[in-house]
Amino acid sequence: MSVPLVSAGEHPVRAYPPRPQAVYFYGTCLVDLFVPEAGMDAITLLEREGIRVIFPDNQTCCGQPAFSSGFPDEARQVAASQLDLFPEDYPVVVPSGSCGGMIRWHWEKIFADDPARYAQAKAIAERTYEFAEFLLHVVGFNRPDQGEPTTVTLHTSCSARREMGTHLVGRELLAKLGNVTLAHHGHESECCGFGGTFSLKHPDVSTAMVTDKVAALKATGASEVVTADCGCLLNITKRAAKEDLDAGRVKASLPGEHLATFLLRRTGGQASGSN
Amino acid sequence: MSARDRILAKLRANAPQIPLPVPTPQLDAHYAARDRQESTLDRLARFRTGIESFHADVHVTLEESWPELLARLCAEKGVSSLLYGAATPAGQRLDAAAFAANGTALRPWAGQVEDIKADLFHKVDAGFTQARGAIAETGTLILWPSPAEPRTLSLVPPIHFVLLDAATIHPTFFDALRAENWAGGLPTNALLVSGPSKTADIQQTLAYGAHGPKELIVLVTTREGAAQ
Amino acid sequence: MNAPTPHTAHATRGKPIAFVSAEALRERVHEAINDDHLRSSFRGAMDFLMAKRAAQFPDESELVSLRSLSEAIRQYSLSKLPDLLEQLEANLTRNGVHVHWAETPDEANAIMLDIARRHQAKLIVKGKSMVSEEIEFNHAMEAAGIGALESDMGEYIVQLAGEKPSHIIMPAIHKTKEQIARLFAEKVPGVDYTDNVDALIQIGRQVLREKFEQAEIGLSGVNFAVAETGTLCLVENEGNGRMCTTVPKVHIAITGIEKVVEKLEHVAPLYSILTRSATGQAVSTYFNLISGPRKADEKDGPQEVHLVLLDNGRSQAYADEQLRKTLQCIRCGACMNHCPVYTRIGGHAYGTTYPGPIGKIVSPHMMGLEQTHLLPTLSTLCGACGEVCPVKIPIPELLVRLRGEAQSAPHPHPAMVGQGAGYRPLVSFVWRLWARIYAQPGAYRAFTWLASRFRALTPSRQSGWTVARTPLKPAPKRLRDMVRERV
Repeated sequence: MSVPLVSAGEHPVRAYPPRPQAVYFYGTCLVDLFVPEAGMDAITLLEREGIRVIFPDNQTCCGQPAFSSGFPDEARQVAASQLDLFPEDYPVVVPSGSCGGMIRWHWEKIFADDPARYAQAKAIAERTYEFAEFLLHVVGFNRPDQGEPTTVTLHTSCSARREMGTHLVGRELLAKLGNVTLAHHGHESECCGFGGTFSLKHPDVSTAMVTDKVAALKATGASEVVTADCGCLLNITKRAAKEDLDAGRVKASLPGEHLATFLLRRTGGQASGSN
Repeated sequence: MSARDRILAKLRANAPQIPLPVPTPQLDAHYAARDRQESTLDRLARFRTGIESFHADVHVTLEESWPELLARLCAEKGVSSLLYGAATPAGQRLDAAAFAANGTALRPWAGQVEDIKADLFHKVDAGFTQARGAIAETGTLILWPSPAEPRTLSLVPPIHFVLLDAATIHPTFFDALRAENWAGGLPTNALLVSGPSKTADIQQTLAYGAHGPKELIVLVTTREGAAQ
Repeated sequence: MNAPTPHTAHATRGKPIAFVSAEALRERVHEAINDDHLRSSFRGAMDFLMAKRAAQFPDESELVSLRSLSEAIRQYSLSKLPDLLEQLEANLTRNGVHVHWAETPDEANAIMLDIARRHQAKLIVKGKSMVSEEIEFNHAMEAAGIGALESDMGEYIVQLAGEKPSHIIMPAIHKTKEQIARLFAEKVPGVDYTDNVDALIQIGRQVLREKFEQAEIGLSGVNFAVAETGTLCLVENEGNGRMCTTVPKVHIAITGIEKVVEKLEHVAPLYSILTRSATGQAVSTYFNLISGPRKADEKDGPQEVHLVLLDNGRSQAYADEQLRKTLQCIRCGACMNHCPVYTRIGGHAYGTTYPGPIGKIVSPHMMGLEQTHLLPTLSTLCGACGEVCPVKIPIPELLVRLRGEAQSAPHPHPAMVGQGAGYRPLVSFVWRLWARIYAQPGAYRAFTWLASRFRALTPSRQSGWTVARTPLKPAPKRLRDMVRERV
């Protein structure tokens, strides 16, 4: 049974700036080390639109893992090291709802007692965008679909949905692709069970959640799952891969990729992830 | 120091940590924006739809004919004993002979609840009360029990008959308690009632007649003569 | 159906809430998660409740406005809490209600035991009250030889089974009708097996009607206490709350100190958003406003009414601007209904009176962090609870705060009882080390370069991750490498 989402209406409609000349790309630590192709494809998509992408080399992490684990001092220390990376007034684009949410809403909290850093953090927060949101609303992404007809299903991360308020963005982007049918899965608004350290601390519950999520995604019959968050992506695809492994299946029963990669592939771009 | 003083002291000691004065809630703005400007008949229709959805029966009748209707409904339901408050204006209009002709014994409330508890729980089939008013938004009756119409009349008997004047239906609960200045003086017990007693405590399956009345039957009187 | 005969025997309730150790919590969660039957019944029930709630808010703008108003009322009330409690006490006293204050569960039970003894009560019949669960009221009364009988159908079923509620609004939500049918056949004298829900409810009705008639004391909770009029408001569907507060000669109400509002009109929006959020009902069957005992000319109602105001850790939450938001709660249970963790494990696994998201933020104040420090970790911070909360309690934010309080190094003046109870030197060390590396871009680059270069050495067993997933492995090239190499 699919449950309609009653959104809280907490996110006032964001006023988007005109398309800028340049952006800062904040790749996130997870993408940097584990899913770099998602970041690279997002960069390619932006550059293809004529936007200069600046990748500050000193970027590490927004501090979210420590923050949400109850280590605010450690989060502050790491976040503080990132505050000087965005000196120009360019938008900061983040290919992850949870890291975007950290910068947009929580940085100002962790620097509440430090006026100088608070001001800096707040200024960055106001020009920070989740990648898909930026691509749709600021870039105005609209490229013809060049792929074969296919059906995909979409998972939206809880941070994108509830912190960034961008749960409709993925749908709208996919709707621009003429040959792509979006299959909605049951309990779509429900968490995939990742939750960062939650997946390590409470593996039983995390497993139950991701197992249900994988089953719901597979039940759509879609050929793959697309998501704009790499935490969810790894959680879902690695769970599906384990199910395949346990069942002795060679072909992946639920392949998945980042929305950036999917969009790039479908619109004639050269995706980076073919190792 | 008593527990009271310790609790209050703790709360007071810690109060200054909240920096700003918290604004007074703006109830009027919320309700005014949703004012429907509807007629009495529209309110009645909304009330009716609401309370019927909660499994109450509603009968609309002319003001002069509700006693007859009540007697007839009692007969239909096989009520052999109807408990009511004889001292209320409505109670005074009930004619024992008319009810007896239909097989219903009228029983005026007499004495304290302790005196009639056994009968109340085991012998009385139905209770009759007036409603003070109603709420259109939710399909809700407003009851203000009184010495003339005790609380248990609307609670213990398996059937509850209620008399409601259509002119006393308010749009919302908020409107009712504002218009009638409830805060200026409440009875010992005031009640909002929206249907017969029910529960969904077993496997989310709705069942009526949990602990209170199994049936709620509303007689709405109107001067416009909008009988069914 | 045979007519049940009176019975007084009631199984002792489930184990008192004594200690929720980390091991016990994990064990309970493990058991619950492997109970397919439990999982499918909770999933079905929660889906049902979520859909019912959603249907109550067809107009998003009304929900937004009502939620903001409800939050404003609760915050306003809390901002004046000590004054409102005094005003409430003065007005209730003027109305003839006896007001008692208790800092601890023991004090509350002692007050009520004293009232019961004064009236030589043998039986106390109870309307639904989570605060009475919180203080283990039934145990305390039974230990003193006084019967305490639950009369809410769900609570009655749970008490008969010797269990505890698994949901604050629907206590027996974990049981099927077949289980209840077997329970009644076994425990209620003269009852044969029937799994017809109407028949089961009628059995409960008959048994409990006799008790309403006999009991000397009725106990209830309070949904809202109105300071300006001295009024106690109760929300219910069954009529047992009215029975408990009307028929016995003594009525005792018990509530947490946070439930007070200033004005009578403040209850109108709160009542509306409560029933719609809780069970997806536009309104409950009964809304009962009690402003005093039976007056001289009145014919029924209790001759004595008492109110017990319980602190039990609430003043600790009150002391902190952020934690105070916990006290905005109106106990609707919507956070449970929408919680993916609660849906998987049910209410009992938490081991606390209040389960689910609200339980995770309120229990640490009631029980101390020594016993509850793991609870705030039992969440993905998905935010579904905060999204549906009718009074906008930022539950995820409070969970994060409590994680911090639990893991902080022991502090001489802790903001919370048990602060630092979850402190583990090794874990803290790992996070400090992590911060040192991640706060120095050079160190971070070196670390990720090594991780990527030596990816073949990545362990194949990765703690909880690989329980159900294939291992994570660093990519051969980091994003920064790809960026550097791009044409």
